[in-house]
Amino acid sequence: MIIKVIALNTFKEAVRDRILYLLLFFAAVSILFSRVLALLTVGDRTKIVKDVGLASISLFGALMAILIGTGLVYKEIEKRTIFTLISKPIRRHEFLLGKFFGLALTLFVMLLSMSVIFLALVFFQTWTIEWRMLAAIFFIFVELILLTAVAILFSCFSTPILSSLFALSFYLIGHFSWSLETLIKKARPGATRTFLQALYTILPDLENFSLKTEVVHGLPIPVSHMLYSTAYGIVYSAFILALAILIFRKRDFI
Amino acid sequence: MKTVLSIENIHKSFSVGFIPQKKEILQGITFSVAEGEIFGYLGPNGAGKTTTLKCVLGLIFPDKGTIELFGRPHLDPRAKERLGFLPENPYFYDYLTAREFLEFYGQLFGIKRHEREARIAALLKLVGMEKAAGLQLRKFSRGMLQRIGLAQALINEPSLVLLDEPLGGLDPLGRKEIRDVIIHLREEGKTVFLSSHILQDIEMICDRVAIIVGGRIMSQGRLADLISERILFTEVTISGVEEKELAGLGESLTAQAGRTLLKVFEEDKVQDILELVQKRHGRIHSLIPRTQTLEDLFVDMVRPQ
Ligand SMILES: Nc1ncnc2c1ncn2[C@@H]1O[C@H](COP(=O)(O)OP(=O)(O)OP(=O)(O)O)[C@@H](O)[C@H]1O
Ligand SMILES: [Mg+2]
Repeated sequence: MIIKVIALNTFKEAVRDRILYLLLFFAAVSILFSRVLALLTVGDRTKIVKDVGLASISLFGALMAILIGTGLVYKEIEKRTIFTLISKPIRRHEFLLGKFFGLALTLFVMLLSMSVIFLALVFFQTWTIEWRMLAAIFFIFVELILLTAVAILFSCFSTPILSSLFALSFYLIGHFSWSLETLIKKARPGATRTFLQALYTILPDLENFSLKTEVVHGLPIPVSHMLYSTAYGIVYSAFILALAILIFRKRDFI
Repeated sequence: MKTVLSIENIHKSFSVGFIPQKKEILQGITFSVAEGEIFGYLGPNGAGKTTTLKCVLGLIFPDKGTIELFGRPHLDPRAKERLGFLPENPYFYDYLTAREFLEFYGQLFGIKRHEREARIAALLKLVGMEKAAGLQLRKFSRGMLQRIGLAQALINEPSLVLLDEPLGGLDPLGRKEIRDVIIHLREEGKTVFLSSHILQDIEMICDRVAIIVGGRIMSQGRLADLISERILFTEVTISGVEEKELAGLGESLTAQAGRTLLKVFEEDKVQDILELVQKRHGRIHSLIPRTQTLEDLFVDMVRPQ
């Protein structure tokens, strides 16, 4: 109940942020631009639209999650609005979870807006709607949830700018960590390989949430992969949130 | 008398500076607030009043010591349910209107919709903000924020209200109104804890006070016990008497337009002066016995620091 009240207020606050609309605008431009690109290429034009469209949704969604998420908790402490809040019968984890769900709701609405533009564009080109595209968008949402958790974690102890840098690094590392896999295969068995393997286990693998290749090239999407990725997203987010709560619980608000 | 808030030997230090150095802000604070009283927490700027309140509210954790609210550990949500708090400088969500703002806090307490609306209307009336109900808080003046902050502190009908400088930023009429609200709260059986450095306000409404200086409680008790009722001196203004004749009766302060202001320390001498004035057919313009004030006590305590 308390979480819901805080979440709704967070939503109210977040949708007032101009950054959100700026990013939404650029996302729309980027998605529509894929149509222009498509006209310029030979071959399957739908592929380009799908490829650029999904990539835009993922990137701009991630930027929204990071730029808004890193300010949420920090602003409450900086502006001291947290004083009256904590003086109410609220536990600190309820505050943090309220913020988390509030931003998740905001991102859901934003994702919905971007998807409508994207799906409309694809629909007017192919006159069909593939459920696989919906699946791809769903996994982008799972990724945004994870990024929200990460942004909130960093904003529990550092400034928005630093937190944004950290969260952005997390996003980039997450999308390139799969290249470690290739590296591991090439490495000779031994200390180096074990180290790389350990690193790969710890680092997030956000490519799990990208179904772009499958959607664009019409490859099969195994159900097991979808189940695994969903579980991976939920467990990873829960872990990050637990860490955030742990840090937040012992903090002094001065 | 039941104790609603008891603070026992709390210490708190902050690390300050580029190379962190420990600075002890609270050095063993102990006091308790009894049910139904208005308790004044008095101290100069930077004494540690706000820091103490932050410890009570669970915003910061004391290094040492215990705090109990209604006989429970102070972080227990069941204790906080009966608490109201007005922060020193009211920082609130400025994108909300006054009504939405109270609505938000009402929801946090899980107050039912019907009840919530009734309470919000009553509180807006109590703090005189009915007209501003639909206005965004960003458009509020400092004093208006103070008032809406007080309304927010009362939304859950708390048994104990903690007010940090509740009269700051208010005009004279506003101060009187809020003072009246505070007295009204006591009449309703609520306990009020109010921190301030404005002696006049505290003197006027508080039953008991604690004086904090430099992170230590210097004195605490009933106001009447702290300030002696003994007359320190009497100020007498007279005219029609030669100044020479008054020598030895009192300390002559000013002589203007034929009037003489005397500071008289012995009560017998006051009588002598009156007799003298009558003999010389002079006039008495005023006669004011001065007792000790909270200010005298406060200045005595703060000065040696
Ligand atoms: N975040 C902080 N870091 C370091 N020192 C602090 C911090 N906050 C407060 N202090 C110090 O703690 C002391 C007490 O501050 P506090 O705000 O409790 O004073 P106060 O009694 O409320 O004063 P005022 O009447 O001005 O409101 C001050 O000396 C202040 O410098
Ligand atoms: Mg203060």
